[in-house]
Amino acid sequence: MTQLVLFNAFNGLIIGAFYALMALGLSLILNLSGVINFAHGGFLAIGGYLAYTLMPYLGFWGALVASPVLVAFIGIVIERVLIRRLYGRDPLYSLLLTFGLAFMIEDGTRFIWGAQSLPYQIPAWLSSPLSLQYFFLTGYRVFMVLLVTAVVAALFFILTYTRLGIRIRAGTLDLETVSVLGVNVRVLRNLNFGLGIYLAGLAGVLAVGMLGLQPTIGDNLIMPSFIAIIVGGLGSLPGTLAGGILIGLVSGITTVFLPAASEAVIYVMMAAVLIVRPRGLLGEEGRF
Amino acid sequence: MSLLRVENVSKHFGSLVAVDGVSMIVEPGELRAVIGPNGAGKTTFFNLISGFLTQTSGKIIFEGEDISRLLPARRVWKGIARTFQITEVFPELTVRENLRIPVEVQAGYRTSPWLSADADGEIRARVTELLDMGGLGEKADRLVGELSHGDQRATEIMMALALKPRLLLLDEPTAGMGDQETYDITQLIRKLHRDQKLTIVLIEHDMRVVFHLADRIMVLAEGRTLAEGTPKEIAANEAVQAAYLGKAAA
Amino acid sequence: MPTNPTKLAGDLLVWLALLSAPFWLPRVGSYVELGTHVVVFALAATALNFLLGYTGVLSFGHAAYFGLGAYGTALTFKYLVPSTPVGILAGIVLGTVAAAIIGPMIARLRGVYFAMCTIAFGQVFYFIAFQWFSLTGGDDGVSGWHREPLHLGFADIDILNNSDAFYYFVLAVFAVCVGVMAFLLRSPFGRTLLAIRENERRARFLGIPVDRHIWMSWVISCFFVSIAGSLFALMNNFVDPRALRWDQSGTFVIMTVLGGMRSFWGPLIGAAIYLVLQDYISSHTENWMSFIGAFFVLIVLFFPRGVLGIIRRKAAT
Repeated sequence: MTQLVLFNAFNGLIIGAFYALMALGLSLILNLSGVINFAHGGFLAIGGYLAYTLMPYLGFWGALVASPVLVAFIGIVIERVLIRRLYGRDPLYSLLLTFGLAFMIEDGTRFIWGAQSLPYQIPAWLSSPLSLQYFFLTGYRVFMVLLVTAVVAALFFILTYTRLGIRIRAGTLDLETVSVLGVNVRVLRNLNFGLGIYLAGLAGVLAVGMLGLQPTIGDNLIMPSFIAIIVGGLGSLPGTLAGGILIGLVSGITTVFLPAASEAVIYVMMAAVLIVRPRGLLGEEGRF
Repeated sequence: MSLLRVENVSKHFGSLVAVDGVSMIVEPGELRAVIGPNGAGKTTFFNLISGFLTQTSGKIIFEGEDISRLLPARRVWKGIARTFQITEVFPELTVRENLRIPVEVQAGYRTSPWLSADADGEIRARVTELLDMGGLGEKADRLVGELSHGDQRATEIMMALALKPRLLLLDEPTAGMGDQETYDITQLIRKLHRDQKLTIVLIEHDMRVVFHLADRIMVLAEGRTLAEGTPKEIAANEAVQAAYLGKAAA
Repeated sequence: MPTNPTKLAGDLLVWLALLSAPFWLPRVGSYVELGTHVVVFALAATALNFLLGYTGVLSFGHAAYFGLGAYGTALTFKYLVPSTPVGILAGIVLGTVAAAIIGPMIARLRGVYFAMCTIAFGQVFYFIAFQWFSLTGGDDGVSGWHREPLHLGFADIDILNNSDAFYYFVLAVFAVCVGVMAFLLRSPFGRTLLAIRENERRARFLGIPVDRHIWMSWVISCFFVSIAGSLFALMNNFVDPRALRWDQSGTFVIMTVLGGMRSFWGPLIGAAIYLVLQDYISSHTENWMSFIGAFFVLIVLFFPRGVLGIIRRKAAT
């Protein structure tokens, strides 16, 4: 029994790490620019597909490094050309725009790479279990958790200690003051968007190693990211992180006792948060 | 019974003290002005009375009833109406429509899916009355967002009046206006005070308006009451002069 | 508020076109079924617009209640009683009750956060329809049933086999629904919704209980969208989880924006243009999704006021 609970808890932790990674990217963009990036799942898919395409040339590790950067670059271009025009307006429009982008990306990936599942090779030494007793502890899964931890740590480091990060955080609180202080807000939003998309692309590369590669891969992950933000708290990155991990864990543990409810339980958590504490666990008051 | 008793009210924003133990008693039929340098906490004070913010400590008693915990909409029903520093109206509706809404709400038709012909007639009549009172008759069918600043403010004041309030709070009614508009608004306020016997509390920077209209003046500085009295007393008060002009000039 | 002659003329034109559709649609190379499709979606979009264009609240999860209306009807036909009126009623009850329950959870929220939560809640029902295989058939949907002719006391209307009859049936339901919505929007209650849209703070400071009115507008909007969903199920004699998906919600929003959010007939115009376009594009290419996506992007960037919004601008200058 303990094996089962541990297995599912660990699984839940991994899934939670993914949710958190996606949600952090979404949250970054939402907090600074007020845009719900519906196309986030699409960028995740592009991350996976680009890695698949690059792998024959750069190998697994090369693709892992290069793909998210490329995706981030695509994101930066899209922000510059399309999304930037809608900042002053009603959030309705940016939502519709990213919505349309999501359609285009999903269809585009299908067009370029085909609708079938594509095989994605991870290095053999990663996919073998690390111990006979805890067979679920494959190298790849441990690797993913470690990598996500490292990336999240790096993200918080960037946000706390680098100039860009500090400006992003300040901008989240009061964009007007930041611009008056001489910061180029347009560039800031653009780079912030790129950072968020980088995280999505990275999540994509990691996800395909575990879930396989098909055009709809982003679909399943975007809704839990939303819920991670709602549960963790709007406007709070630590909250989003906690939210993602929490819903992953709860979902994983529920699988042991009530498998059918494992996905549903995250929606129940969302409803509970909205009723009891609408601002979310670590959210700030008055953000909505 | 006093109309409004503000008892020792404070508002803290974290460590920032915006309003510090301010008290005020307003009698029915008064026209009270609240003045003070920028950042003195005047608008915050208004926000506390109207319910936009909740006080950190102290009580607000209106017509003998403690309204300290009531939400803004409920305070409106109790008889307190206000205007804002930046005019808050319905920009893409006409003046007539802007006035019609508070008239209907006040008459109890908030959730009505329909109006009888009689009720409709009464409402139209009242709207016309308000339009004339505010000098807006000619502009009744224009979008408020397209009117001059002064007309927008007049619309806002008449919307507040449509609620048949017993206390009217005006936050810098002449802000951003030229001489002629200031004169017009001042006349409007005076007319309302006299003809409708309304109790009015207003925040103002323009001293001409203040001394022209006010029965009593309260001076706030740095969140605290600096002085209170008749216009003559305040004009002669050295502390007030110092607060406005700075210590060097005193 | 007096009706002006241009508006009256516009209304007349719309009704004339709608009433005579089965006659002129085939003559322009189209077919009645497309007309029915447009009317059903026009009802859904108009219902959404009650909330979006008139109350100023952004719901991006309306497909949930549309889909619940559809499933309620389909499941009634399949498992309970093959009766069109009962089916429609069941759909309405399901959609509206769900909306009434969810409403209070989100009525306090605003803007982007509200939109996010409507999307998330919308997804709950998609998920349930997908997972509850035994009841809903999962991804396969609810099939093996069909709409029943209407047995009115004095006549039988064959809406099952006669496409024209079905079109007029749908149009009749549409007429009643939009009539009620228009009536509500002209009432004092409707004006409080406009107030909330125009300036929420001012509405609050006029004594309007904003959260409560938003909830009421929400329930009314979902009520009518569930009727549209019900008609949708009847139209196809089928329903599957796609009716509940987020892309369906987005479609409703884009129809409303495309036609013009600030006018009553905007959603109808938007639905017509969108469906005709979709019909055309999907018959020419497999990648219609890309085109639709690009269409969304173009509308948002270049026609945010929608068709009727542009016409109004031109008329005002």
